[in-house]
Amino acid sequence: MGDVDGGFEALYREHAPAARATLIRLLGDFELAEDALHEAWIVAMQSWVDDGGALQLPANPRAWLISTARFKGIDRLRRRVRYREKLALVAAGEPSASEATPEQALVDATVFEDDRLRLIFTCCHPALSREAQVALTLREVCGLSTEEIARAFLLRAPTLAQRIVRAKRKIQSAKIPYAIPEAADIPMRLEAVLSVIYLVFNEGYAASSGDALIRRELCLEAIGLGRLVVDLLEEPDGEALGLLALMLLSEARRAARTDGAGDLVLLEDQDRALWDEVLIAEGRALVARAFATGEVGVYALQAAIAAVHARAERFEATDWAEIVALYDLLFEASDSPVVALNRAVALAMRDGPAAGLELVEALLREDALKNYHLAHAARADLYRRLGRSEDARAAYRRALELTELEPERRFLSRRLQELDG
Amino acid sequence: MKYVCLVYGEEEAMRGVDDNVCAAYGKELQERGAYLGGQPLMSVETATTVRVRRGEVTVTDGPFAETKEQLAGFYLIEARDLNEAIRIASGIPPAQVGSIEIRPARELNVDG
Repeated sequence: MGDVDGGFEALYREHAPAARATLIRLLGDFELAEDALHEAWIVAMQSWVDDGGALQLPANPRAWLISTARFKGIDRLRRRVRYREKLALVAAGEPSASEATPEQALVDATVFEDDRLRLIFTCCHPALSREAQVALTLREVCGLSTEEIARAFLLRAPTLAQRIVRAKRKIQSAKIPYAIPEAADIPMRLEAVLSVIYLVFNEGYAASSGDALIRRELCLEAIGLGRLVVDLLEEPDGEALGLLALMLLSEARRAARTDGAGDLVLLEDQDRALWDEVLIAEGRALVARAFATGEVGVYALQAAIAAVHARAERFEATDWAEIVALYDLLFEASDSPVVALNRAVALAMRDGPAAGLELVEALLREDALKNYHLAHAARADLYRRLGRSEDARAAYRRALELTELEPERRFLSRRLQELDG
Repeated sequence: MKYVCLVYGEEEAMRGVDDNVCAAYGKELQERGAYLGGQPLMSVETATTVRVRRGEVTVTDGPFAETKEQLAGFYLIEARDLNEAIRIASGIPPAQVGSIEIRPARELNVDG
């Protein structure tokens, strides 16, 4: 029986997200769709097993699930008198008894895909707060539970639940459409979708606390969403391709990023044999596709930088000139002081530590990076490489004062000890 | 569905918006069946606020909220959904200097 249970779990993971998205469209209500899906799933667990206890699937499980849930949902609506108005809306599309099997009407795979895209755009509508966009996307598009999302973002579950309820109420009452935006609006709306996906990925990739398993799950969900958006857009935009590439190229290095003790391993010290070649190949191909669209933005440029690193067999073989050139473009596109800092570090690799130090010093004189621990760490590293130990020590100490991330504290302390020793 | 578009801005900046341009936009919306009503308001200096507490009426000079950005007028529009309302609101001329708050209109819950 254990096998059947495991089989059901895999089936649920495979079919529930798409079924949920279609049901929200058919029933016009998030809660109703969720309840109907659960009811249909209970029926499925009973009827997809033959007398011998083995799995016996219908021809199209997803369509079966949707059509069963749709009937359940309409039933529920009928029972709720105060939803009469809505019933009139749904009834317009209600299947009649004479209709050919409802499964057939729902088989068209493109319908499912459109529904998922519709759901992503609805959950990431700019009229919702960014926090609500993230929570709704993870809940409704990825199917994560409220508790899982709360744990990953270090929030209390009731706080998060409230946020989701409020967002759903706004979707309903302000009539945020369950629709893919019109062509003219897509670029603006896509930006929100991509930034939510990137936020989910970063939360899973860069954060230093929380439940490690769930954080890994967030990265995989974000990559899944990135694939979905690229697959569903008729002409994938350069940034959508770039973001997927960036996530794949980052994910490819996961195993090499930390050592057995969970400490950070710098790029120059990473064991490149641990990098995932399949992900790197896919990421590099996507970077090429992104550049071919002619519209390259911040995600594609960051992905291109990651691709240059991935191409180098050894750290010493890194093409720093190309990386500096890409950072120049990235700075033009984003105008961010952190990008300027990264560019300075790359330039130090190309032209030597003295040239880099001059840039970092200039950046530290501006307010934006004064209290940014990585700026002080970069300065410390450049002093160290120039043999100016006393200056390096002072800069490492300043960086230590500013960081609260345990693995980084350990790294900086180690560097400081090496200088003292 | 009905939405109210509340036009906010600093009065100084709002004075730069030509009434003719606003009237023309209202007319355009009307021809599309999207305009249900609207009105620009006199300066906030002319505002009077009334409150009734325990049966007692108090009247004070000035607006309900003292902020830099003031309510300068409103449009009542008809739109299919929030996306259409956003499109209409972004065409309201003072959106260029102030901001437009879109609020779905609510029917009063009246018994019977």
